[in-house]
Amino acid sequence: MTLDQIQSTGKKATRDGFGDGLMKAARENSNIVGLCADLTGSLKMNAFQDAYPERFFQVGIAEANMMGIAAGLATAGKIPYTGTFANFSTGRVYDQIRQSIAYSHKNVKICASHAGLTLGEDGATHQILEDIGMMRMLPGMHVVVPCDYNQTVAATVAIAELYGPVYLRFGRPGWPIFTAEDQKFEIGKIQMLAQGSDVSIFACGHMVWHAVEAAKTLASEGVSCEVINVHTIKPLDETGILDSLSKTKCAVTVEEHQRNGGLGDAIAQLAVRKLPVPIEMVAVNDSFGESGKPTDLLAKYGLSPTDIVKATKEVLKRK
Amino acid sequence: MPKSISELEAIASQVRRDIVRQTHFAASGHPGGSLGCADFFTALYFRVLRHDPSFNMSAKGEDVFFLSNGHISPVWYSVLARSGYFNVEELATFRKIDSRLQGHPATHENLPGVRVASGSLGQGLSVAIGVALSKKLENDDHLVYALTGDGELQEGQIWEAAMFAAHYKVDNMIVTVDWNGQQIDGANDDVITLGDLEAKWVSFGWDVMHMDGNNMQDVVESLEAAKNKIGKGKPIVILMKTEMGYGVDFMTGTHKWHGVAPNEEQTKDALSQLEETLGDYPYPFAGQ
Repeated sequence: MTLDQIQSTGKKATRDGFGDGLMKAARENSNIVGLCADLTGSLKMNAFQDAYPERFFQVGIAEANMMGIAAGLATAGKIPYTGTFANFSTGRVYDQIRQSIAYSHKNVKICASHAGLTLGEDGATHQILEDIGMMRMLPGMHVVVPCDYNQTVAATVAIAELYGPVYLRFGRPGWPIFTAEDQKFEIGKIQMLAQGSDVSIFACGHMVWHAVEAAKTLASEGVSCEVINVHTIKPLDETGILDSLSKTKCAVTVEEHQRNGGLGDAIAQLAVRKLPVPIEMVAVNDSFGESGKPTDLLAKYGLSPTDIVKATKEVLKRK
Repeated sequence: MPKSISELEAIASQVRRDIVRQTHFAASGHPGGSLGCADFFTALYFRVLRHDPSFNMSAKGEDVFFLSNGHISPVWYSVLARSGYFNVEELATFRKIDSRLQGHPATHENLPGVRVASGSLGQGLSVAIGVALSKKLENDDHLVYALTGDGELQEGQIWEAAMFAAHYKVDNMIVTVDWNGQQIDGANDDVITLGDLEAKWVSFGWDVMHMDGNNMQDVVESLEAAKNKIGKGKPIVILMKTEMGYGVDFMTGTHKWHGVAPNEEQTKDALSQLEETLGDYPYPFAGQ
């Protein structure tokens, strides 16, 4: 695919992709059960609740209990999908996930909406920017961050077929759809969106679209960007990433997350061990967010396409 | 043939020896609460549970037990080994490197009988509810049992789970609280009082029973009586009075033995008070 061929076909929220993906997965696999902590509408789990009332558990505002119940359901052979905001899916219940799910190797799918700054007006109490880091640190945890509606549908279906704990991160706002409707989602593999030779741009989640926009601007200025969607941050596709780095010899990472602990950290850690090259990280730099419109927040906290262009020019100077 | 009360009492004596010997050889662990619960575990594993020691993680078609207060692992390991989940000799590896018998129970080393890690308190009741819900979905009429500590009831997650179980009428589960009144820093009442524990559970919508956890007859009868309350729309909790350290005179009447292992002299003294009924496992074990 060339950069020009990547076009938005409309907007829809990734959380809608989760809701529709859950329905699709549930139709195929009767072991799938859903749990939600009083955010069924926000998580788009209503359709599942209506279609499979006996397989849906409203747990109320009690996320710790939800994680424990999910571990129990998984013990008995069910495939529980828990749904709440990313903040309450991780930080609030870290010890429950650590002991009852990750250490106990339970087949629980932790599905987290409203991640990052794009949650918007609710402000920093709800805008978690540390979740990828927390989940990445847990041994055996898979961390999946799809980039648009279509990919979130595919990822929600794919994680049912993998045995083991998964953290699936998605978001609130309508966002451009640019990946194929009929895509196969391969957990643990990068998605090559556009090949290039000067710089590798690695992005995840909402920021993949910004990376595409930045790459188009850079192309018009004669910079050839390889745009790679790293939708699985753990396990990281080391081969795919190193192949690109060995070609371009520098990288920019882009994520709606703290610089500490996220995608950039994961790629830098790989590069430093196997192929040290200059890397610039477009991420939130050790600060909390605030209330505001998603696009305004992304601009204020340095996550706009312009910021990616700037970081790319920086890293090219360091090559 | 179900085991008689006197047969169960004999097994419990051996279980108590196992607890003393495990903690002594490991030079760490939690003998106090383990000793107090030895009668309950013995009744459960040798008479009450319909279980299969060949061990299936999913527990389909069998009763299942969850230990939420994981620090009393020595008593659980003893009954698991003595009822055939793994070799009794393995008890000598408790808390040693490369052992399946971790300080707190874990699934990570694939120890048969353990279905979820516990130790960080307050989590086991939620997990037990998850299995109970699954059994209802599958029309499996086997039961879920869980044990929590009393100090553990200070954890908020317990009450999240208590509220949920009543709302969803999780009536295929029997929860027991080890009510010995002690925790690491002292008596519950001095640390954070549990107040009127019965009234708390009743107000949360549970069917509450009482039991003398150090009287085998009462333990067996109470657990049987609890089974008669199954399927009546309410989760069941048994407030089990036990004495921390029960069976070893110098370990009772104090919280001191919550998390301290006996030294050699104390071990000899303790073992002299507990009859060897099933044969001690040998230790040092396999090159240690």
